[in-house]
Amino acid sequence: MMDLHLPAWAIWVMLAGLAVFIVMFIIILRRNHGVKRSMFSTPYALWMIIFTIIPCLLVAYYAFTDANGKFTLDNFISFWDSNHEMNKELANLGFDPAAMGFTRGMVNISTLVYSLWMAFLCTVICLLIGYPAALFMAERDFKLGATLVTLFIIPMWMNFLLRTIAWMSLLEDNGLINTLLVSLGFSRVQLMYNNSAVLLGMVYNFLPFMVFPIYNSISKQDYRLTEAAMDLGAGRMLTFIRVTFPLSLPGVVSGITMVFMPAVTTFFIPRMLGGGNTEMFGDLIERTFLTANNWNLGSALSLIMMVLILLSLGLLRKVDPEGEGGSMI
Amino acid sequence: MRKFLKRFYLAIVLFFLYVPIAVLIILSFNAGKSRAKWEGFSLTWYAQLFSDKAIMNALYVTITIAVLAAIFATILGTLAAIGIHAMKKRPQALMMTLTNIPMTMPDIVTGVSLMLLFLFTKVERGYVTMLLAHITFDTPYVILSVMPKLKQMNKHSYEAALDLGATPIYALFHVILPEIMPGVITGAMLAFTLSLDDFTISYFTTSPLVQNLSTLIYSQARKGIKPTMNALSALMFVALLILLLIVNRRSNKAVDKN
Amino acid sequence: MKKISLLLVLTLIASLLCAPCAMAEEVVNVYNWYDYMDERVFELFEQETGIVVKPSYFTTNEDMMVQVRINPGAYDVVFPSDYCVERMISENLLAEINFDNIPNLQYISSWMLNPDYDQENKYSVPFMWGTVGILYDSTRVTEEEASSWSVLWNEKYAKEIFMLASIRDTLGVALKYLGYSMNTRDPAQLKEATQLLIEQKPLVKAYQVDETKEKMVIGEGALAVVYSGDALYAMDLNENLAYSVPVEGSNVWIDPMVIPATAKNKENAEKFINFLCRPDIAQMNCEYIYYSSPNDGAIALMGEEYTENETINPPQDVIDRCEFFHDIPENYMTIYNALWSQVVNAK
Repeated sequence: MMDLHLPAWAIWVMLAGLAVFIVMFIIILRRNHGVKRSMFSTPYALWMIIFTIIPCLLVAYYAFTDANGKFTLDNFISFWDSNHEMNKELANLGFDPAAMGFTRGMVNISTLVYSLWMAFLCTVICLLIGYPAALFMAERDFKLGATLVTLFIIPMWMNFLLRTIAWMSLLEDNGLINTLLVSLGFSRVQLMYNNSAVLLGMVYNFLPFMVFPIYNSISKQDYRLTEAAMDLGAGRMLTFIRVTFPLSLPGVVSGITMVFMPAVTTFFIPRMLGGGNTEMFGDLIERTFLTANNWNLGSALSLIMMVLILLSLGLLRKVDPEGEGGSMI
Repeated sequence: MRKFLKRFYLAIVLFFLYVPIAVLIILSFNAGKSRAKWEGFSLTWYAQLFSDKAIMNALYVTITIAVLAAIFATILGTLAAIGIHAMKKRPQALMMTLTNIPMTMPDIVTGVSLMLLFLFTKVERGYVTMLLAHITFDTPYVILSVMPKLKQMNKHSYEAALDLGATPIYALFHVILPEIMPGVITGAMLAFTLSLDDFTISYFTTSPLVQNLSTLIYSQARKGIKPTMNALSALMFVALLILLLIVNRRSNKAVDKN
Repeated sequence: MKKISLLLVLTLIASLLCAPCAMAEEVVNVYNWYDYMDERVFELFEQETGIVVKPSYFTTNEDMMVQVRINPGAYDVVFPSDYCVERMISENLLAEINFDNIPNLQYISSWMLNPDYDQENKYSVPFMWGTVGILYDSTRVTEEEASSWSVLWNEKYAKEIFMLASIRDTLGVALKYLGYSMNTRDPAQLKEATQLLIEQKPLVKAYQVDETKEKMVIGEGALAVVYSGDALYAMDLNENLAYSVPVEGSNVWIDPMVIPATAKNKENAEKFINFLCRPDIAQMNCEYIYYSSPNDGAIALMGEEYTENETINPPQDVIDRCEFFHDIPENYMTIYNALWSQVVNAK
């Protein structure tokens, strides 16, 4: 049915290594004394070093070298000035880029800004739609809350690419919505190939990630608190503002994290729903690697993305020191 | 009235979430090939599905990878969680950071970095590399689902077992595991679904010769998805729905018994 | 009970792991453009030779070259365009073909052999050729308008235009419109072309490749830059559509078949290439994808149906105003890439 695309010896070496490791592990575990429980995590630590730390170091290595493997900062300069490499090449060829009107290129920066902006809009919209939904679901007299959570999860089982493509069949010029409009006597509207369509696709895909953490943090609240507030004469609005909302903040923070982070690096959606008219940072990274064949610049872009994410996470940790980020589980 | 408005709002949000899925399922019964035109009810795509080699192959890859990755990740992650839980504060924090990195890293960066690893070490990308990548991104989620259960456990029962003469392996299977089983199962399920749905990381870690459903859909997306793909996803959707109902029924029964 | 379930799980894992190894069959891995072959040919080939064809697909030449570089051994037959063959030969990515295994080469038109991109004819066998032009909806666009690239900058058709998401093709259109060569290395000309494409951007509905023909069939756009075969395909399904190769000139291309140096099934690859050169098979493909055939045998079989059709068999004056792409060296390609990036990201 398929080939295992490893040279045969590599598989044998891997299997042998694994077998030796397991045997040693079991021998150690069978002894009575001198076994610390913390040793149980050594296989995992090894695994993560090989498949997370080393790959990250490789990204850093490529980001700081040129095609010949020499140290350079050119890739980061290229991030700042997307024409940098071109202008250098032009100068090599004996042209004067400045005289020809080749100035600083804003491509990479503007793509980043655009991605951040789109991710921001997506997060805000998800919050505006998701917060009330989570609030209503978590209400004590609403018996269907738990069922609704499941209903929110189920769409996520459908392959994300297929869901996006399904939106295409809704939004196309000859898609379902337009067909409906035309048959009702309205004129056609162009719904696809623009920013709003991309945004719609993003909101659709990330909305559940906003609803779950908020729902969790609200439904965990002690309902007696709100009752007490009401008993003490606070109105519904005041109770919400002074009690429910502040207590739901950790959920909101982790919701924002879980939507914003993946939204910045969205790829595929702009290409399908936006008709390739715009590019987000994820698309840029992919194109730099797989079309322009520039691993060094691609790695630099990935590294910048990684650092940005870590920085914003650090900021969020300050707001949410408990680290509710994993509260979805 | 207020209540009605709230329900209405929830209904609209759910409608928004389900419209594309309904469209997909309806299109899978469309006799014609077009995405836009209804040409009558038919089951042809379901019939053709099982003879479509590419789709069947991709389904096989997707499911085996999801199962294997979930098994490996669960073993690796459960052991790791037990170990990390027993660590002193410093190393524990270090290990948790190590666990959080892949979870916060954007998929595309994880994918690209693993691709670089395989290209650098000249390992041909394919089934095995995709499996390795899936285990890598699954494991942290297993750890995070097992951890809370470990925290709830009595700290001293493991030591007590050892003092009473149990070997670590005996204590692992008879003292720790039964206590944390719910977390392990959640972790395994999570790992399975994550790897079932993954596109970005698979895309960078496999060769075009070994495709899972996601990468196959991606490669078809430009040309127009074959309706057989809609049929398959409708079937998978229903299968998962039934699975969920069974699980729910069981857990309800368990609650009733108690 | 526990033991049994453990046994069950183990056999399950074992069977999962072993399923892939059990299939040792003769295969040929084909890396082709989307919709660029009648897939029934695969079955015929399997029936005759027992070799299973495993296809995978690409969208642009540039994507294809990266994949060939980073997946050594994954492909046995690839279908790059002319200028990429030039590049791949210079990068030692291609294997010399053993022409003793390709007797059907005799059917290939002699003017197709020893081309610029493979002067000694060692690495490639022509598969199809064609032109780039404008596919237009004749109910909305007049023939006269469509006879010039300028129609793509006509505000009348704002948001009705599909362009190719492919660097050389799209820059080439702008270069030709400006009266320059599609192979220019003059940065000033390239800059002018880029500027023109950025100005055009608000009028463009989408940049894509494989989706265009279907969308033109259902009337999603008035104008599209397409390859000739896609045009004919769409015209066959929608009689309002027409195709023109603008007077300013355009691109004429050949897509040959090549074998990567790392191919694991070279003999099967040669068998497959030979099979595709057989006149009846070449005819099948030609009638399915509507591109021009380099195969005299197939053309003889198709007769007037082929020779009378000006899109598939363009008259000499059309070919004369068209130009072949040539490989652009890496340092100039840096300029191309940077400028193309500007077009893609223009807001």
